[in-house]
Amino acid sequence: MSEPILSIRNLTVEIPTRQGILRPVNGVSYDIGRGEILGVVGESGAGKSMAGNAVIGLLSPPARIAEGEIHVNGARIDQLKGDAMRRLRGKEIGMVFQDPLTSLNPLLRIGDQLTETILAHLPLSRSQAEERAVQALDEVGIPGAAERVNSYPHEFSGGMRQRVVIALALCAEPSLIIADEPTTALDVSVQAQIIALLKQLCRNRGTAVMLITHDMGVIAEAADRVAVMYAGKLVELGPVREVLTTPRHPYTDGLMGSTPLASRGKDRLHQIPGAMPRLDSLPQGCAFHPRCPYAQAQCKADPAPKLNEGEGAACWFPLPHATKVA
Amino acid sequence: MSFAFMLAYVIQRVIQSALVLLVVGLVAFSMFRFVGDPVDNMLGQERTQADIDRLRTQLGLDQPFPVQYVKFLSGAAQGNFGVSYRQGRPVSEILVQRAPATLELAAVSGFLAITIGIGLGVFTAIRRNGFTANAIMSLSLIGVSLPTFLIGILLIYLFSVELGWLPSFGRGETVQIGWWSTGFLTESGLKALILPSITLGLYQMTLIMRLVRSEMLEVLRQDYIRFARARGLRDRAVNFRHALKNTLVPVITVTGLQLGSIIAFAIITETVFQWPGVGLLFINAIQFVDIPVMAAYLMLISVMFVGINLIVDLLYFAIDPRLRADRTKAH
Repeated sequence: MSEPILSIRNLTVEIPTRQGILRPVNGVSYDIGRGEILGVVGESGAGKSMAGNAVIGLLSPPARIAEGEIHVNGARIDQLKGDAMRRLRGKEIGMVFQDPLTSLNPLLRIGDQLTETILAHLPLSRSQAEERAVQALDEVGIPGAAERVNSYPHEFSGGMRQRVVIALALCAEPSLIIADEPTTALDVSVQAQIIALLKQLCRNRGTAVMLITHDMGVIAEAADRVAVMYAGKLVELGPVREVLTTPRHPYTDGLMGSTPLASRGKDRLHQIPGAMPRLDSLPQGCAFHPRCPYAQAQCKADPAPKLNEGEGAACWFPLPHATKVA
Repeated sequence: MSFAFMLAYVIQRVIQSALVLLVVGLVAFSMFRFVGDPVDNMLGQERTQADIDRLRTQLGLDQPFPVQYVKFLSGAAQGNFGVSYRQGRPVSEILVQRAPATLELAAVSGFLAITIGIGLGVFTAIRRNGFTANAIMSLSLIGVSLPTFLIGILLIYLFSVELGWLPSFGRGETVQIGWWSTGFLTESGLKALILPSITLGLYQMTLIMRLVRSEMLEVLRQDYIRFARARGLRDRAVNFRHALKNTLVPVITVTGLQLGSIIAFAIITETVFQWPGVGLLFINAIQFVDIPVMAAYLMLISVMFVGINLIVDLLYFAIDPRLRADRTKAH
């Protein structure tokens, strides 16, 4: 693989609180290559979105990047401030938010929202930008784009609005898209369309995608590789087929087991016992050990092995060789 | 939105407004029966009962209340508010002569209140933890809580008495343009405007500022603001084009009402600064029980309130496209 579009090394996000420093993202490293879709999964609060916000420089204070490096197209960006970072947003890194009903400004025509974004990044005249806005809407499959640029957000359905949001994220041709739960707020019937659209657009342009979701179905559908996060740490990283069919980290295994599948029949759905620990009361050793059916003494004592640049599982006793403890 | 719908809406509102004015007129007119007897003031000490009766008949005060009211309304509809008891001149003439002073004062105060109020509101919202913003917020409490007349007197004490920079009363020299007398064109006229307009506008300014600030803080938390930032728009575009515009509907509602009260509450400021406008005219009229002047003044103020409310309602449509769409669907 040539040089990755996005490269995160040992990224740590800290939130100082009165009780101490919380680390919602703790030493995470991964790459996303050109045209690649990396699925980032995990429970709510695992640090998936926080990592995405750190990359695009939109952490809300007091959260801040405490350690690690972020490179986009080979250039280090985690230390950029103010206007230098603003120039990258939209131009190098686009972002798609979860809820299309709230992510468009209700008072501005979508054509205006597109042209202002295009003009902020590309050296075009207003009329060229307007042309490009129509083109962008057309590309995301909005029928009658030339008239629809004059519509307001409320004149679109939820699925169509998410197409508009994708058009907005892509209109300055960024090389990386961070899609934060892009289908969670949509009807199931529309979800597949949006995922297919995102996949197709990024394949055609060679855009790298960080697809943040908790929906294993979406991952199976779209992602090339999967990063599984738990309590701020990356616990498993690998090609989507391998991770989904032969998970190596017990948490991934539990996550897969708790996804409802029609083929599995009507047996009781498996669940991982307990809940993800709060960031201010992480257990010693591996953060997953209190819920892990395979936990040994070492898991309680030593922090899980670090999963650095390579793929695999951050686990002392990865599956399929681990043995269940009674 | 279709033009026909817009027209129908305006006509409906104008009819409503006319009803409001009728009621205001009725209430005002019936109240005047309790402020005193104008005839007492108009005739000297050595009056006879015959003099009193003659004057009553002449002024129409001997007629029953409903008749007086209908006469007043039919006159008012034609712009004829009767003759002032005190000055012996037509009320409409006096109002036309006095109105420019009040309108210029109100316009300057309103302008100051809106521009500075919105500007500081946006500033204090964006820098919400900054030292300057917090200082402005604390100072604004003074503006909200000090009564107008006290602010006026303090300003006069500081800038007229102690420093001697600005006049303490009156309008200065004015220039006549047609029937309009303006203080904008002479140095003394402009100087004379400064203190009264600050006095009159300070409360509205702090109110608008605090409202804009809280609305801005609410809007800045919205997803579409985060999305606007994520698209790399400049801070200025995010704050003003995206955020400020979304705060405008509640801000316009309050601002509209405040502009109305700027004109209405000019009474106090005009009294403090002896400003020769309609407010001062009204106060003097009350002392003399000059019913035609009082009635005309109240009608004028209510016309302004009703007019401003109508404009505010129409502005909602101009700002928020969702209102237009819902109405079109409903009709």
